[in-house]
Amino acid sequence: MRINCPHCGLRSNDEFSYLGDASVVRPDPAAPNATEAFYAFGYERANIAGPMQELWYHAAGCHAWLVVTRDTRNHEILDVKSAQEVALERQKAAGTAQ
Amino acid sequence: MTQSAQTARLKDRGLIDRSQSLTFTFDGVPYNGYAGDTLASALLANGVRLVGRSFKYHRPRGILTSGSEEPNALVELRSGARREPNTKATITELYDGLEAKSQNRFPSLSLDLLAINGLVSPFLSAGFYYKTFMWPASFWEKIYEPMIRRAAGLGRAAQEHDPDSYDKAFAFCDVLVVGSGPAGLMAALTAARTGARVILVDESFAFGGRLLSDVRTVGGANGADWVNSVVAELKSFPGVQLMPRTTVFGAYDSGQFGAVERVADHVPVPAAGVPRQRLWRIVAKHTIIAQGALERPIVFGNNDRPGVMLASAVRTYINRFGVKPGETAVVFSNNDDGASTIADLVGAGIRVAALVDTRTVLQPATKSFARKHGIRIFEGAVVADAIGSSRVTGARIVAADGTSQNIACDLIAVSGGFNPSVQVSTHLGGRAQWQQELAAFVPGALPKGMAVSGSAKGTFGLASCLKEGAQAGEAAAVASGFQAKGAAVPAADDEPSDISAFWHVKTAKHKAFVDQQNDVTAADVALAEREGFRSVEHLKRYTTLGMATDQGKTSNVNGLAMLAQLTGKTIAATGATSARPPYTPVSLGALAGEHRGKHFKATRLTPSHDWAKERGAVFIETGMWLRAQYYPKPGENDWLTTVCREVNTVRNSVGVCDVSTLGKIEIHGTDAGKFLDRVYINMMSTLGVGKARYGMMLREDGIAMDDGTAARFADDRYFITTTTANAIKVLQHLELCRQWYWPDLDVQIFPVSDQWAQYSVAGPRARDLLAKIVDAPFDISNAAFPYMAVAELTVMGGVKARLYRLSFSGEMAYEIAVPARQGDRLMRTLMAKGEEFGIAPYGTEALGVMRIEKGHVAGPELNGTTTAADLGLGKMASTKKDFVGRVLSQRPGLTDPTRPRVVGFRPVDRSQRLRGGAHFIGKSDAAVAQNDQGYMTSVAYSPSLGHWIGLGLLANAESRMGEILRAYDPVRNGDVLVEVVPATFVDVEGARLRV
Repeated sequence: MRINCPHCGLRSNDEFSYLGDASVVRPDPAAPNATEAFYAFGYERANIAGPMQELWYHAAGCHAWLVVTRDTRNHEILDVKSAQEVALERQKAAGTAQ
Repeated sequence: MTQSAQTARLKDRGLIDRSQSLTFTFDGVPYNGYAGDTLASALLANGVRLVGRSFKYHRPRGILTSGSEEPNALVELRSGARREPNTKATITELYDGLEAKSQNRFPSLSLDLLAINGLVSPFLSAGFYYKTFMWPASFWEKIYEPMIRRAAGLGRAAQEHDPDSYDKAFAFCDVLVVGSGPAGLMAALTAARTGARVILVDESFAFGGRLLSDVRTVGGANGADWVNSVVAELKSFPGVQLMPRTTVFGAYDSGQFGAVERVADHVPVPAAGVPRQRLWRIVAKHTIIAQGALERPIVFGNNDRPGVMLASAVRTYINRFGVKPGETAVVFSNNDDGASTIADLVGAGIRVAALVDTRTVLQPATKSFARKHGIRIFEGAVVADAIGSSRVTGARIVAADGTSQNIACDLIAVSGGFNPSVQVSTHLGGRAQWQQELAAFVPGALPKGMAVSGSAKGTFGLASCLKEGAQAGEAAAVASGFQAKGAAVPAADDEPSDISAFWHVKTAKHKAFVDQQNDVTAADVALAEREGFRSVEHLKRYTTLGMATDQGKTSNVNGLAMLAQLTGKTIAATGATSARPPYTPVSLGALAGEHRGKHFKATRLTPSHDWAKERGAVFIETGMWLRAQYYPKPGENDWLTTVCREVNTVRNSVGVCDVSTLGKIEIHGTDAGKFLDRVYINMMSTLGVGKARYGMMLREDGIAMDDGTAARFADDRYFITTTTANAIKVLQHLELCRQWYWPDLDVQIFPVSDQWAQYSVAGPRARDLLAKIVDAPFDISNAAFPYMAVAELTVMGGVKARLYRLSFSGEMAYEIAVPARQGDRLMRTLMAKGEEFGIAPYGTEALGVMRIEKGHVAGPELNGTTTAADLGLGKMASTKKDFVGRVLSQRPGLTDPTRPRVVGFRPVDRSQRLRGGAHFIGKSDAAVAQNDQGYMTSVAYSPSLGHWIGLGLLANAESRMGEILRAYDPVRNGDVLVEVVPATFVDVEGARLRV
């Protein structure tokens, strides 16, 4: 795979390390159902065949976390975004900046 | 060496360089060949036909092909440490001094005692191993397997270390062209003319593909001359990289290809500094696969005898290498390749006894040519059997009317049609499609950016290949953003390529081989079908068809077509097995590259490594680091003596330990404190400036991840340390927290592990020593710089430094950090100034002993199964804030009071040794798994106490002080009674830290 890092350009996947599903969001620890929500956050994952949003870390590069949309069937990289920007937008949308 | 005759060399043909005579040996016999020969062509030139014995039946085998699909002509190349088994003679470029041996024969090639396997062959049929060696099971490992391994198998690998080097490289291009036949050359040329960066790869040492092997005219010129002119033009473009002797072995996603360049396989020993092979990763925007097609044999009786050769290979040996593969030929085909072959045979002065074609009506031109040259024509006929044992002496022909006759010959040129090379184009999952009119599988859906052209796609005519290549080259260049230049396609003819599918001669009387490398016969395929192995994947695994080093390039399609006939299905419905990388075998050396021996991984050295080496330190690998384990003095012959001395020196005076390997991270920003509160279980925002605090981080699942210290140098400036092992992991985790969890916080993170050399200075005289190196006006007194204080200062006359009053040993201690380049100087200065106190450097062993004496947890306890509470640090967790891991650390399973927790142990008989990993069993309980109550994590001989001590994880630990347990270690026959004690063994009140 080759990932187009928004800061460093198109790089080999050797430079990146993988975390997993980027669609799961760290739950609100103060919510009444926090235990169940964190359990799901920690362990429950969909096994997606097709485009999937994933977290990748540019370990041998700029140290940015990225939200990479990858087709799990053929490793096609469809989109790459800065994770921080995605997270900021998510916070803005939810009004949950802390 | 005697001059050999090269009796089968043609006078006026071939692209070999007759001015360069090369000497080589085969099974010890010297021969001559020419530059431009392969080992196979040189052997044939010298009349050598028998080159190996087969895998299972030890049958005599010759040369079937002229390329990398060769199943039979496998040799051991070179000798000693450079011995290379299973090398295909057909692609081994001849060099002066080449040394080759035949394989799989005992005691010699011509007399092979294990050929008796052929006589017992009814017992060696498909599934034989599965059926025969099932019982008794105990016989498998000791008797059956060694016996089979001796009888079967191919070459022997070298036993010594490979003395050569292997390289890895990356290449990037707009257009990658794989294969340099007519389609590939036109593709490369057309793309290059647009200005695109082009890489042209061919597995041979010469570009041109079939244009070197067939007598063709391109653009009015002889094919080989046209090739030379194209290669010359390609060389004139600065953006074109020509890579001969290179095999693209695999297609990977994102337009990446694996390739092996045989840099120095064509010389006896690589020149100094030159690798033998180079593994390339080629990244291409667009790729044109033009690997051509491979001819397939027809399956008939004794079709493996030396002298049976693919028709296209016959023409290659004649036209490219100027070699007569035989004196009298019978040509057997089901397509128009037979006609081309008789023309070239006649042209080379080789007598053609007969053209046998399975089709009932041949072209009139072919018939009149045959008549003119006295060649008998058999239409609708077959060669049922080759006659002869160690070489072909004739062909038994069964005519259309069923009559049979023998015709003398020493060469049977066979063509069953062509298989487009669909391997690389289907590596990413596209299924090859059967095309009945071509009687061939062609590439299916192609990955993005890939095109296939020429005969690799099933386009068999020369003119069509040239045109298709040019179109593909232009399309790829345009798609890469270049301007089309309008490619002129040179004039050429399309040769006739009529075919009528024909696979297997059922009138054969002798063994008919489908897979010659794995010795799979037509009877094996039939047996597999009878026994229910009716899918191609089952057929493959049951008979091993196509599973040899050639991956069935000459056998897969025949095998599945025969299966289709047996099952009554179409070939399209039968389907093909999937091709997977590598296309041809890749040596492990090339895959490893320079990453072998001590270069397998990088070695990290601390800034004062050289000093430690001078001092005679014994080093230990911790991750990538080399750390000083202990520093033996002359006369100390036992590590324990040294370690005890080092511990005693620290406890009584002062010692210094290199802790530069700790992970070091700067955390800056107005929200730094808030951020650290969320990643540590304890409060860091309340830490005063100029102070440090021990901290622990959890994983989100509630398990302990790492521990270390956080120091605060300013309101918005923290510095934290991690354990050596987790330095990278913690940084990655913190970056995730900062960027993904809390992107709005004003925090910046900088890893500075390599920027600082850091040393622990520990012991009652530590302050006296450091007082000698800190620059005025820094006040190092206990009052001014108490336990857990931190400061930025200068030392040794102006060297920037950081001082932390931290202790891992339990003594009054400091950690001092200086810029990495000052580390060596600092270590030497500390040793010199500490001489009056009897200073000793101490290594990781003494460090470990002292932390166990103090009950500090480390890697063996922070082992991915323990919580903060398990480690005795549960009270550190703040209840006033959230932090990573808090919620899930409250799960019932992790808060169960009976969970094993860290506690101390000492042997009841103080003279006994403890062992890490020993399991705790009740004193009077049996040593069985259900009585297991935990295990010993860390042990040390404590010089301070004069006996062994340990830390361990024990269920219900707190309530069991004083209890006696068995520490049971069956691996090392350990069964020691131990007493449960508090985890701190030395200076329980911690008074020494604060003096």
